[in-house]
Amino acid sequence: MSDIADRVRKIVVEHLNVDADKVTEKASFIDDLGADSLDQVELVMAFEEEFSVEIPDDAAESIQTFGDAVSFLEKAVK
Amino acid sequence: MFDLSGKRALVTGASGGIGRAIAEKLAEAGATVGLSGTRVNVLEEVANGISGDTHILPCNLSDKDSVDALIPSAVEAMGGLDILVNNAGITRDNIFMRMKDEEWDDVIAVNLTAAFRLSRAAVKVMMKQRYGRIIGITSVVGVTGNPGQGNYAASKAGLIGMSKAIAQEVASRNVTVNTIAPGFIASAMTDELNEKQRDSILATIPTGRLGTADEIAAGAVFLASDEASYVTGQTMHINGGMAMI
Repeated sequence: MSDIADRVRKIVVEHLNVDADKVTEKASFIDDLGADSLDQVELVMAFEEEFSVEIPDDAAESIQTFGDAVSFLEKAVK
Repeated sequence: MFDLSGKRALVTGASGGIGRAIAEKLAEAGATVGLSGTRVNVLEEVANGISGDTHILPCNLSDKDSVDALIPSAVEAMGGLDILVNNAGITRDNIFMRMKDEEWDDVIAVNLTAAFRLSRAAVKVMMKQRYGRIIGITSVVGVTGNPGQGNYAASKAGLIGMSKAIAQEVASRNVTVNTIAPGFIASAMTDELNEKQRDSILATIPTGRLGTADEIAAGAVFLASDEASYVTGQTMHINGGMAMI
């Protein structure tokens, strides 16, 4: 498990108040982790802050699962 | 009565009568106030009349880039943003059949589109800090209509609808969004009315007098306060009873 994945998981766990073991690769923020559309926007804002990156709106919309977020950030943070 | 110590407020149109009164009352309640407008010399004069902490943030609301820069510069100047008062507004009155596209576009751009852009940027800051107050200064005309003001009435009604939509989106994050709808308020413009015009206006106002900018500002201070946490998506009508809605 990469360092980035750990940091993303920590943000998701804290923000959505879910158990860490629920935050799996395929876990959808909205369908599986109880996020609403506002939570999703806030998660993206939190990722931007944690990793000091800009996530454009179209990219943000494509980040639906924990795995999506990790793979986006692994590419963005270099 | 309401304590706004430690709160940071941005007021657009702070050089005008109502905007100035709002800025002064927010500062009196303890807030740090960012004064925005186009006339820097007037903003400086307003700042000089306020004993609290003020910042002058010039902005031309009909210019997109200028609007987009305002919230970031307010946040930088004041170290954050807790209260946004979208007060700036213009009129380009004309009978509807003769209304020019530019008259329509100018009014919508400043009164509605600028408020949209500023609110969008402010909401992001406020959601993150789990606290915020957005107050739009609309008008009784946005609810009742007024001949010669099709563009202005549309912009003010638009502000009310927009505020209700944002209010529903962000209520769970402790951000409230409300509007104040002033009626006839004494200003440089109303001073120029002749006696006959004045009398016919007063005949429509049960209290029998024009309102003051301070009476609008008092409503803004309340909506900006912690005590108003449970008030959101509302329009506060301050109009001497001229329209009871």
